[in-house]
This record gives sequence, structure tokens and C-alpha cells, in this order.
Amino acid sequence: MIMKKFLFIMDKPPHKGIELQEKLDVILTAAAFDQKVALLFLDDGVFQLKKGQQPEKQGLKETASIFNALNIYDVNDLYIEVDSLQERGLRPGDLSLPVKEFYRKDVNVLMAGYDIII
Amino acid sequence: MKYAIQINASPNSTNSGYCAYQFIKAALKMNHQVLRVFFYQEGIYHALKYSILPDDELQMTKKWSKLAKEQQIDLVVCISAAQRRGLLFDDEAKRQGKLDQDLAEGFRISGLGQLLEATLLADRFIEFG
Repeated sequence: MIMKKFLFIMDKPPHKGIELQEKLDVILTAAAFDQKVALLFLDDGVFQLKKGQQPEKQGLKETASIFNALNIYDVNDLYIEVDSLQERGLRPGDLSLPVKEFYRKDVNVLMAGYDIII
Repeated sequence: MKYAIQINASPNSTNSGYCAYQFIKAALKMNHQVLRVFFYQEGIYHALKYSILPDDELQMTKKWSKLAKEQQIDLVVCISAAQRRGLLFDDEAKRQGKLDQDLAEGFRISGLGQLLEATLLADRFIEFG
């Protein structure tokens, strides 16, 4: 089996239709194929990890349980662009999972370490 | 070079599907190989057999079917994305008692594993959002 390093760019707000659910499906598939998988949260994507969301009330499925299950799939590299977080008035403590912080100026260095950026 | 392509947008929401189509045509002309085109999310609307458009509109489904026939390109529609949007493929159409399925000629239905396989076998993977 070929092994590649996947970096998923999580840059969309969490409840924009089913877009996030479908992205998570690809992430879980890549992990199930024993690939090296990491996630980078930036722009409005930082809201995806915000604690205490209740999307069911808007007729949307919740995604928190899938994020919480990522470590079962050995997906432990969760990066966040600190600038995006700060611009939206959020702090790492507002998020439901521990994330590694990256500054915008260093994101290109992070990306350079991956084979496939989706 | 071997390419794998993913298309996420419907024909009318953006022109990224058409960009992908043009990219594929150009790549083939330059003797590159296109291993697979994977239609995901709203991209599945490229594969609807019965979406009959006015003659002066861009006929993406027909363009893909023609490309698949002429160049033997593997056009794969994601089964879960299709089911979420009500596109009926062969088995499901029968199960639902429908007269026909929705998938246009040259497309086939399969799972996300086909996307992953294509990204692993290709030299380059390009997503058209």
C-alpha cells in the first residue's frame, strides 16, 4: 500500500449544508486507508471546533462526535491558524479538542510537509 | 504525468466543473494521463441523465459522456453523495421500483475508496471546488 501524507484544509463554517459532513467522510476514508492524516483549521473553519454547538435545532447533523472520534482513527495532528482564531474572538479554550497552534506566516512551511492538500 | 481529479461543484453553482473539463482535455492533448475523475458533493449533478437543458446552455453531462467514450476516462460518482441528493443508480432505482436510473452514459457509481485509490496512484491530485 502506498502511503501519502494528507493535509485537509478546514476553512468553511461548520453548518454550511452538509459540506463538513462530506469532508469528514473523506478524512475518515483516508485514515481507514492507513494514510497519514492531518487537519488544518483556518478562516471560518475555526468555528468547526467551537464547543457547545447545537446544529440539530437547525435541522443539521452534529459533527462534534466525528471530531471526537478522530483519535480512534489515529488522526491526532490538528493544527489551527491562530490568526484566524483571534480575528473571530476565539481562544484555544473555546474549542472542543486540543489543537497545535500555527501562525499564518508559518502555514506554508506546514503545507510543504504534505503530499496531498485537500 | 498521472492526474486524479475531484469535482465538488454542480454545473451551475460555479464554472469549476467546466474548468476541470478543460484542464482534462488539455492534459490529454499533452499526453498526460487522467486516472480518474471523482464527482463528489454537489459535483454529482454533472452525472444526471435526465437533466435536459435548453440548447443554448452548457451541456456538461453530454460533454462528460462524450469525453468518457472518446478517451476512456474513468468518471466515478460518489455513492454516498449521490444517495444524499436523490440520484438513483441502477440497483437503487430497481429497489425503489423506478423505471430507470439517473446516471448518464460513461459515469459509474462507486465509493470514496475510489477517490483515495486515485490520489495514491496519481502523481498529482487536483480538486476543483
